[in-house]
Amino acid sequence: MSALKRPSSLGRRFVIAVPFAWLALAFLAPFLIVLHLSFTDMDPAGGFGSLTTYVDGVLNIKVKLSNYLFLAQDELYVLTYLSSLKYAAITTVLCLVIGYPFAYFMARARPAIRPTLMMLVMLPFWTSFLLRIYAWKGILANQGILNHLLLSLGVIGEPLHMMNTSFSLVIGMVYAYLPFMILPLYANLVKMDLRYLEAASDLGATPLQAFWRVTVPLSKSGIIAGAMLVFIPAVGEYVIPELLGGPGTLMIGKVLWDEFFTNNDWPLASAVTVVVILLILVPMAVFNKYKAQQPAEGRA
Amino acid sequence: MNARSLLQRWFGRGWLSLGYLFLYLPIVVLVVFSFNSSRQDMVWSGFSTQWYGALANDAEIINGFGLSLKIAVMSACSAVTLGSFAAFVLDRYKRFTGRMLFSGMASAPLVMPEVIIGLSLLLMLVAVQKMFGFPERGMFTIWIGHTLLGMAYAAVVVQSRLQEMSPALQEAAMDLGCKPHQVFFLVTLPNITQALASAWLLTFTLSLDDVVLSAFLSGPGSSTMPIVIFSRARLGLDPRVNAVATLTILVVSIGVIVSSLLMARAERRRMAQVAAAAKA
Repeated sequence: MSALKRPSSLGRRFVIAVPFAWLALAFLAPFLIVLHLSFTDMDPAGGFGSLTTYVDGVLNIKVKLSNYLFLAQDELYVLTYLSSLKYAAITTVLCLVIGYPFAYFMARARPAIRPTLMMLVMLPFWTSFLLRIYAWKGILANQGILNHLLLSLGVIGEPLHMMNTSFSLVIGMVYAYLPFMILPLYANLVKMDLRYLEAASDLGATPLQAFWRVTVPLSKSGIIAGAMLVFIPAVGEYVIPELLGGPGTLMIGKVLWDEFFTNNDWPLASAVTVVVILLILVPMAVFNKYKAQQPAEGRA
Repeated sequence: MNARSLLQRWFGRGWLSLGYLFLYLPIVVLVVFSFNSSRQDMVWSGFSTQWYGALANDAEIINGFGLSLKIAVMSACSAVTLGSFAAFVLDRYKRFTGRMLFSGMASAPLVMPEVIIGLSLLLMLVAVQKMFGFPERGMFTIWIGHTLLGMAYAAVVVQSRLQEMSPALQEAAMDLGCKPHQVFFLVTLPNITQALASAWLLTFTLSLDDVVLSAFLSGPGSSTMPIVIFSRARLGLDPRVNAVATLTILVVSIGVIVSSLLMARAERRRMAQVAAAAKA
């Protein structure tokens, strides 16, 4: 065993250094540059300002907080951050409400059909996310399939306006992120020792009590993993609000995109990014801690 | 069977059916309406394959597809290589300076909003380009982005396989005199080929599908297929997009079904060999 733990230390260093160097260059360094840029002015020539200038033998360091002050004072940005958190939270809760029973029934299905049920959850995930979101446009449009259906059934008298509202946004987000909730929950629930439920029932618990007091607490780590896998990316989602959202559905990912591509204000876009990272830092830490404990379950 | 458990069973079946309906409804809609004859969307007016014909003459989509395919193959290879390194490190080396930072960085792209990864990476690449005159935004920069994203997914898949593997196998090899690199190539690698294959497929489809990173990292004239589709989807509904969707779904379904059948067969064969070895 000790021989396995300590292979030739040169080889070990090489194996660690390769992915470490790559991540430091492609993941960490970009964030440091964004952080740096968020404290600079917009360069009228386009591109980068600099924090330090070297004039007449004197090194000047100038830290501009104006980008952050602007974000804090501009009501639109504050509202957008809050609204992104709100939509991410709604998405997470709905995914949990739909996904938990789903994963539960999957895990309690006959063992022979479980792999098929699992593959059926994965399969849409393998087909283009973009195209599946695009399809909802056709379903929810005023002249869309759902309205046609409801009109022909006589449920409604005139087409419902569903596209480009918070309704269509939430549908799209729940749809896109549901598998991310189901998979870790399933992985957790399928491993549960069912003898705990027998024990609960022997001790006089009704099935419902056993569910709430045994099954749910035992699946806590699955719930946390699923919630993080949904919540964190949902905060910064761009494609879904762009395709299904409307003027009333503020999302920070979209604002960031516009700030960068339309207004070309790189320092401000950097500051927006830094604040988003700060918002998701705690959930990220929770996710990472969970991953460190049970890496096999986080299979996304 | 008493009434309650019967009720529970039917409730479970109902919930699962509704859930699958929700997951598959958009896919069915895409496929059905790709054969719609009218341009006026989402009103069925007859069967037609005209949008597939229109697709064949759509240079933008065809070029985009070619580029996407190239990038997907390249980034799947690089992501699986780097992801395996990362998985190996996370599985084997429990103590080294910076392990916390390493595991954080290796898994962060799984959840980090893509707009953030894309913007940061682009700003760095622009800075590098200012300093060295390289790289131009285009295929190469998109490849870097997709490798970063894919690596995190590949690491999860490979790591979970490494964990299932019994350490006894490697110990036995070492006892028999294998050097560490021989242990890796003769014992570890053959045991994780399946995981490497699924990681490759996963990162391949991730790359083929990615729109946000690609949009940040692409340059003029390097529009991948998702970028083309996205720019049309923003404008409204386009039946040619439905045709693209149907073709993608067809190819992916065949690919997934064939590969899962092959994997199941390989798994059965492996189990049979293990059983035979145990008997002997």
